[in-house]
Amino acid sequence: MKQSLDSEMASSVLGSQKTLKILIADDNQSDRMILQNIVKKQGHDTATAVDGVDAIEKFSEFRPDIVLLDALMPRMDGFEAARKIKLLAGEDLIPIIFLTSLSDAESLAKCLEAGGDDFLSKPYNRIILQAKINAFNRMRIMHKTLLRQRDQIAEHNDHMVREQQVAKTVFDNVAHVGCLGANNIKHLLSPLAVFNGDVLLACQKPSGGMHVLLGDFTGHGLPAAIGAMPLAEIFYGMTSKGYALGDILREVNQKLRKILPVGFFCCACMAELNFEQEEIEIWIGGLPDCYLVQGDQLIKVASNRLPLGILKGEAFDARTYRFEMKHGDRVYLWSDGIVEATNAKGEMFGEQRLQQVFNANLRELNLFEKIRRSVVDFMGEGGPSDDLTLVELTMMPVKELGIENNYLTNTGLKGPQHWRMAYELCSDSLAVFDPVPLLLQIAMEVPGLRTRNGEMFTILSELYTNALEHGVLGLHSKLKGSPDGFAEYYRLREERIRRLDGHFVKVDVRHKGAVAGGVLTIRVEDSGKGFDYQKLDGKLPGPTCYSGRGTALLLSMCSRVEYFGQGNIVEVDYEWQA
Amino acid sequence: MSITTSRSDDNAELTIRIKGRFDFSSHQEFRDAYENPEGPFEQYKIDMTETTYLDSSALGMLLLLRDYAGGDNAKICITNCNNDVRKILTISNFEQLFVIQ
Repeated sequence: MKQSLDSEMASSVLGSQKTLKILIADDNQSDRMILQNIVKKQGHDTATAVDGVDAIEKFSEFRPDIVLLDALMPRMDGFEAARKIKLLAGEDLIPIIFLTSLSDAESLAKCLEAGGDDFLSKPYNRIILQAKINAFNRMRIMHKTLLRQRDQIAEHNDHMVREQQVAKTVFDNVAHVGCLGANNIKHLLSPLAVFNGDVLLACQKPSGGMHVLLGDFTGHGLPAAIGAMPLAEIFYGMTSKGYALGDILREVNQKLRKILPVGFFCCACMAELNFEQEEIEIWIGGLPDCYLVQGDQLIKVASNRLPLGILKGEAFDARTYRFEMKHGDRVYLWSDGIVEATNAKGEMFGEQRLQQVFNANLRELNLFEKIRRSVVDFMGEGGPSDDLTLVELTMMPVKELGIENNYLTNTGLKGPQHWRMAYELCSDSLAVFDPVPLLLQIAMEVPGLRTRNGEMFTILSELYTNALEHGVLGLHSKLKGSPDGFAEYYRLREERIRRLDGHFVKVDVRHKGAVAGGVLTIRVEDSGKGFDYQKLDGKLPGPTCYSGRGTALLLSMCSRVEYFGQGNIVEVDYEWQA
Repeated sequence: MSITTSRSDDNAELTIRIKGRFDFSSHQEFRDAYENPEGPFEQYKIDMTETTYLDSSALGMLLLLRDYAGGDNAKICITNCNNDVRKILTISNFEQLFVIQ
C-alpha cells in the first residue's frame, strides 16, 4: 500500500503519466467531444455526462479520480452537482474543475464557493488542462497519504493506549497493595497518572502509623512510569518492615540515582502520620510547598530539599519537619499540576489563588472539594482536569481509619520457638542506625508473632526510643508539652546525638514457646543516668511524668514492665496466645 | 527559543544565553551549546535575562550540564532569572546545586 502510493507520488511529481479516471460533464456535445479527445490522448480513462443529474449518477458508477464539470447545465447546474459530488466523495479528495465560458470574477469565485477546486475557461488549452490534471493528481495523492498517515497514527495511538493499560495494571498490582482507601486519605489522581509521572503511595507501618508518598517524575510516558516501579517496591517493602521515613527516602534516592539517567529525577513529598502521638513528620523535595491546616491556622511547609535521584547517597539530606497534629487537622499535598493549571487566557492558577481558597475555607470540612472545584472552574471548559493530583491527609484515631492491619497470619510455618539474642549499639552508630526494624525481623520469625507485628513494633520502638532519647541523650519528654518546646526537643536531639562517645544501648530478647503461644522477654539497658522509677510504683504515669505516654503504652501491652539499676535498665514480658 | 554562547577573553568561562521558553524542545540545542569543542571550561554561566519560563525537563538539562562540568565540582552560575523562572528553581531547591544570582 505504502509502496504503491509512494511510487505513484514519485511518478506524478516527475510528470510521468499514470492513468486516471476522469469524468467529463457538459451539456454541449461538441465541447464534450473535444475535452474527451484531449484527455484520452493524455492516456486517461474517461466517462461523460450530459447534465448535473447524469453527472451524479455517472460519478457513483464510474468512481472518477477527477471531475471536469460544466457550470451551466439543464436539470441540475454544475454548482449543485459539485456540492452533491463532494458529499458522495466523503473523505476522498475528488478534485472538481469547473468548465466555464464566463470570465467575470464573480462567476469564477462562485465556482470555487460551490466546492470546485479550480476552473478552466473556454476555449480549452490542452497544455493548461494537462498541467491542471497533473497538479490535482499530486494533491489527490498527498491527500491519500495524509489519510493513510492519520489512520496509522490513530492505530499507533490505540496500540499505545492498550499497552499503557497493561503497564498500568502491572503498576497497580505493585503500587496499590497499600491503604489509599483509608478514611483519612482523600485524593485526586488521574487513572493514567503514572504516565504523567505522578505516583501516590500509602502504607501502614507495623506500629499502626502510616507512610504516604506523593511523587512527580520528570517527563512523561514510559520513562516516568519506569522509575515508579522500584519506588513503590522500596516504599512498601520497607514501610511494612518498620523502617523509618529517613531510611526509606535514602534507599529510594540511591536506587533512583542508580537507575535513572542524569536529568531525570522525582520531586516528592513523604509524610509519616503517627496516630498515637498525634504527630506528623514531613520531608519535601522539589514539590510545591504543602499546607498544614491546624484548627484555623494555615501553616506552609516549604519545600527545602532537592528531588529524589539527584544527590549521591552521602550528600542526600533526609532531615524532616515535625508538627503536632490534633484530630481533625489536615495536610494538603499536590504536584505542580494544581498550581500550573491554566485557563483559556493562558494564566496559571498560581499559589496566590490557592492560598485564597484555603483562607476562605479553613473551617470547611469539604475543603478538599472546594480546592478541586476552584481549580476546575478556573480552567473552564475543556481544561485537562484529569491531570490534577491533590491529596488530603487527616489526623484521626486509628480505629476510625477503617482499615485492618493486614499482615501475614499464621501460615503454619514452623519457626523458632526457643531462642535468645543480644544486640549492642555503640557511640556514633546510635546516631545513624535504627535497630528496631532488624530486631522486629528477628522476632517475626516466630510465626505466631507475625499477626502481632504492630504491637511488637510499638513495644520495641518505645523501649529503644526511651533508652536513646531519655536515657542516652537525657531529653525530657515534658519539653514536648508546648509547640516551642516540641521544636526545642528535636533541636536538642539533633545536637546531642552528635556527641555519643562511650554511650551504648543494649537489647536482649528471649522467646519461650508454650503449647499455644509464648512469652517474649525484652531487656533494654542504656548508658544514661536512669531515673527514679520507684515513683512509678506500677501506676500509670501522669501526662507530666518523666516518661509519659510511652510507658503507659508499654503497660497496656505487656504483662510485666520492670525497671532495674538506676532506672537505666527495663525489662518487659509480652505474652501471646495462638 | 534560541540559545547563543560566548566565551570570556581568558577562555575560562562559557556563557550560555537562553531566549524564550526553556523546555524539552531546546534539548539538543542546549547540549550542543555546552558540549562546545573549545571546552570543557572552568566555569559556566547560564544567562536567563531573556528566559521566560522553564519546565522540569529544563531542570534535567541543567543537571546534565552540571554532570558534564564535573558534577559536585562544577562551577555553574545562573544569572538574571525573572520571577517565574526563579520560583521554579527555588521550588526544586536548585540553589543547593547551582549558584543562582
